[in-house]
Amino acid sequence: MKYLDEYREAGGTHQLARELARITTRPWLLMEVCGGQTHAIVKFGLDELLPRQVTLLHGPGCPVCVTPLELIDSALELAARPDVIFCSFGDMLRVPGSTTDLLAVKAAGGDVRIVYSPLDAVKLAGQNPAREVVFFAVGFETTAPTTAMAVYQAARQGLRNFSLLVSHVLVPPAIEAILDAPDRRVQGFLAAGHVCAVMGWEEYLPLAAKYQVPIVVTGFEPLDILQGVLMCVRQLESGRAEVENQYRRAVRQAGNSPAQQLIREVFQVTPRKWRGIGEIPRSGLGLRDAYAAFDAERKFGLAGRGVAEPAECQSGLVLQGKIKPHECPAFGTRCTPEHPLGATMVSSEGACAAYYRYRREP
Amino acid sequence: MTTPAKFTPACPFPIQDYPRVLLAHGGGGKLMHQLIGKLFVPAFRNSLLEAQHDASVFDLAGQRIAFTTDSYVVRPLFFPGGDLGSLAVHGTVNDLAMAGARPRYLSAAFIIEEGLPMETLWKITASMQQAAQAAGVQIITGDTKVVDKGKGDGLFINTAGIGILEHSLRIAPQSVQPGDAILVSGDVGRHGMAIMAVREGLEFESAIRSDSAPVAEAVLQLIQAGLEIHCLRDLTRGGLTSVLNEIAEAARLTLQVEEKLIPVREDVRAACEILGLDPLQVACEGRFAVFVPERDAARALEILRAHPVSAGAARIGQASPQSTARVLLQSAIGARRILDMSSGEQLPRIC
Repeated sequence: MKYLDEYREAGGTHQLARELARITTRPWLLMEVCGGQTHAIVKFGLDELLPRQVTLLHGPGCPVCVTPLELIDSALELAARPDVIFCSFGDMLRVPGSTTDLLAVKAAGGDVRIVYSPLDAVKLAGQNPAREVVFFAVGFETTAPTTAMAVYQAARQGLRNFSLLVSHVLVPPAIEAILDAPDRRVQGFLAAGHVCAVMGWEEYLPLAAKYQVPIVVTGFEPLDILQGVLMCVRQLESGRAEVENQYRRAVRQAGNSPAQQLIREVFQVTPRKWRGIGEIPRSGLGLRDAYAAFDAERKFGLAGRGVAEPAECQSGLVLQGKIKPHECPAFGTRCTPEHPLGATMVSSEGACAAYYRYRREP
Repeated sequence: MTTPAKFTPACPFPIQDYPRVLLAHGGGGKLMHQLIGKLFVPAFRNSLLEAQHDASVFDLAGQRIAFTTDSYVVRPLFFPGGDLGSLAVHGTVNDLAMAGARPRYLSAAFIIEEGLPMETLWKITASMQQAAQAAGVQIITGDTKVVDKGKGDGLFINTAGIGILEHSLRIAPQSVQPGDAILVSGDVGRHGMAIMAVREGLEFESAIRSDSAPVAEAVLQLIQAGLEIHCLRDLTRGGLTSVLNEIAEAARLTLQVEEKLIPVREDVRAACEILGLDPLQVACEGRFAVFVPERDAARALEILRAHPVSAGAARIGQASPQSTARVLLQSAIGARRILDMSSGEQLPRIC
């Protein structure tokens, strides 16, 4: 496939791996922020090509995994209502809430539909004026513009039966939270290329300067990731801490300004709870007051409940790069994709699921 | 007086986990295998069922017979490259072919939802007739039921099939030997993506056409050539991934395949890439895997490639001597990983 196979080519990857081995003189701990990158690393076996001194930790960049439990419970409650058509990306359907998941709600008669774009949910709202259509708005800055566009269009069409259960999160505050942790081990970051395609990379400049860490905006194919690692290690080896852009074919410094404008029009920055991690200030997006009528939590009176996580699940430590998935005692035994304790075992971008699928030795 | 049959009141399936049946229980992945293994097989226990092959093979009146059944619930009823009627024939004759049988007779049962346009029913029936003729089988018995509007999804069809075995090979997953070559009969993932593209309203430059086709002729030619076929299996639900895992499990062997040798068409790969799906887990309806000893591999490929339904046949790997039941995939960049069965339906990912 053109523009894809070129970046999955064995010769180039091995050449980069050799160069990386040549320049590495000390142990380095890097974190890839995005779950899509984690998936590619494990799927293609990239970590096996790295020199032993370079370790990749898997970051919190899986939107499914960090969606807080109480919001999933709210989703389950909404999806079970007979007047609601509940729309979600496919990934969210198997994520366990406190008692059940969306697939089970669907089996019990809930009208749960997989959509590929929030705009499909707007279309459904137009076609079903007698029913409430709720879209589960999950994701990082990458999916925020399409969600914003859905709200914007629903407002323009005067749709009163469309609303969002919002759990949008932002990457830079999560990186800062990891850097602020007293026992922080991460020495360099591969930033998420697709997030930066929307937001650009200027917001990472103060982080790199303040914490003296290299941050390399990186793509998702094997060659991208290895080149990102190489650029990051090269900085570390020479004592630099800069923001560099490996993913130049998709990312510009200023990002995509119409998309950013749309996000600003519809959303404002809010504090947000991350599943397994806790509340991070200014790390989420919430609907602006002008669009409050589209907020499902307000519309259905759902906000402000607290739910405890299953004690056995260590996904918080996994998401912060403190342990690797297989170091959790429940991994592969009491926690499997069929019986997940936490969301990291469910989503295809979750680090635990990626390890289970590709790495588990029987 | 007859003794009352033993009756176990407790359901063998962990009800606390799944108080209701999920769609994933029919998805061809782990949940479906658990449902079959823990609920159906113990309930109906017998040696023929326990072979768990695509079709059951037994002797009847001095003849080796293969018998199978399958229900067809696909939506939409018509899709590029086929429809529910042709699919209901191809799926069942292919299950017979996977036992190495020559398909002979089918039954057809129709569960029709009230309100289905008669025109639709006629088109599907005509398509079934054409498919049966092309596959060399006759539909010799049937059943018709109509259910209330809202109690069915337009039309469901069940077909059962009988075929005759004209050889003495034991074609079964348990017959796979270390060193066997693994072949596939063509590019994988096309049927599932053709359906999904129509169902989800996805438009690509050209429509992806289903690979739905009868494969018995190609299989019978392999047998007639005297090749020592160890196992055949069609790549239906769960795709190549599920089939390889099922066979690895039954044969207690490690199967090794190479990603870049597995044929996947460009448009199927692109559609999967967009939707976040793995083409190796997508269903086919006219593709099958063949396990033959190394010495027969080249000849098998030659025969398959000479037949239109398997012109794209390829060798994708081999069974290793390791007795751990698993499938290892060598990735495009040369690293090895486990190719695991999915738990249920594949779920499209977020970004």
